[in-house]
Amino acid sequence: MNTLEFTLVVALGSFLAGMLGSLTGLGGGVVIVPLLTLVFGVDIRYAIGASLVSVIATSSGAAAAYLREGYSNMRVGMFLEIATTVGAVSGAFLAGYLHTSMIAIVFGVVLLYSAYTTTKKEAGATTGMAPDRIATALRLDGTYPTDDGLKSYHVRNVPIGFGLMYVAGVLSGLLGIGSGAVKVLAMDQAMKIPFKVSTTTSNFMIGVTAAASAGIYLRRGYIDPGLAMPVMLGVLAGALVGAKVLPGAKVRTLRIVFGVVIAALAIEMIFQGVRGKL
Amino acid sequence: MTAAGGGAGVGGKVDDKSVELFLGRLLRWGVLLAALVVFIGGVLLVVEGPDVPQNYRVFRGEPVELRAVAQIVHSAIGLHALGLIQFGLLLLIATPVARVLFSVLGFALERDWMYVVITLLVLGLLVYTLTSHSGI
Repeated sequence: MNTLEFTLVVALGSFLAGMLGSLTGLGGGVVIVPLLTLVFGVDIRYAIGASLVSVIATSSGAAAAYLREGYSNMRVGMFLEIATTVGAVSGAFLAGYLHTSMIAIVFGVVLLYSAYTTTKKEAGATTGMAPDRIATALRLDGTYPTDDGLKSYHVRNVPIGFGLMYVAGVLSGLLGIGSGAVKVLAMDQAMKIPFKVSTTTSNFMIGVTAAASAGIYLRRGYIDPGLAMPVMLGVLAGALVGAKVLPGAKVRTLRIVFGVVIAALAIEMIFQGVRGKL
Repeated sequence: MTAAGGGAGVGGKVDDKSVELFLGRLLRWGVLLAALVVFIGGVLLVVEGPDVPQNYRVFRGEPVELRAVAQIVHSAIGLHALGLIQFGLLLLIATPVARVLFSVLGFALERDWMYVVITLLVLGLLVYTLTSHSGI
């Protein structure tokens, strides 16, 4: 394979990953690392570096559409971003010391969890909660647009949410993913923030968290331009096309198909990690 | 800062909304600019680069001119393919950083000093990861 062929093949794979990630809402990052390591035989450190870059591209690229809708809560995002950036720094630090096989196994487990979340439905509305002392002090409560006008919500369980966000940051820095699944878990399940607000705020946070990790990976020499170039361009193009065809797509079927694919990749990552091949 | 934000801002909702829209556009143009630079670098790489792609099975780590901000900028100015790609990736990493920077200004306009401090903390962490010499 020459340089042109390698670039085109990786770009095509990344394009498909970006499109599927956008259609299912899971992001392209979760499949880039398995794609590069299992299919192309890339060292997991290079794969994570390239994946981080693509995570930033999709997060920032999608922000314009999300911001227009007026769902995201900047105070919640920024406050929790302290936890995720500190977590990302810890995760990137860990990545320099853990054996790559260990990273592959952790990746597989997180991937299995992501596959599981694709099978779940959106959680119901959580309005009517009582105000929370910490959330009030931090002015985290907000409103979001619904068909019946603006609806207000109270944010709950701030310490648990903050702790989960630290975990999301560690996973992002260690594995080169956006950790969107854990972020939404923290906001939607723990902090009782409405689903739409959680997902859009999470999108903004993913870019900032990934930028913190990417800075460290770049300084460490884990981001290879020859590999990151086709991955970034492919995932970005795929995500843009995915967002265009999203309204007409059979999302439910896609989510199930994608969930099965991710689960298979997860098991393969764990298997190869245990054998010490990654 | 945002229509969904909780605090009472001096700016009022219309201004918040326009700030958000401006930020959204800024991010999108930032990403497109980064992608363009990466693409140009990619074309140069394919045209001038080695016939055989690097063996990514073996981890070597990048040389210093593709790792540190100043060296990357220098390499990109010299129109080296790899330097240009790396510079485009730096621009991309800078887009969320810019978003955080503008949020500091947004909260300052609302005189929400608690969130100015919180946001500055996040910004400081981001700048630290990009500039610290140890690579942590």
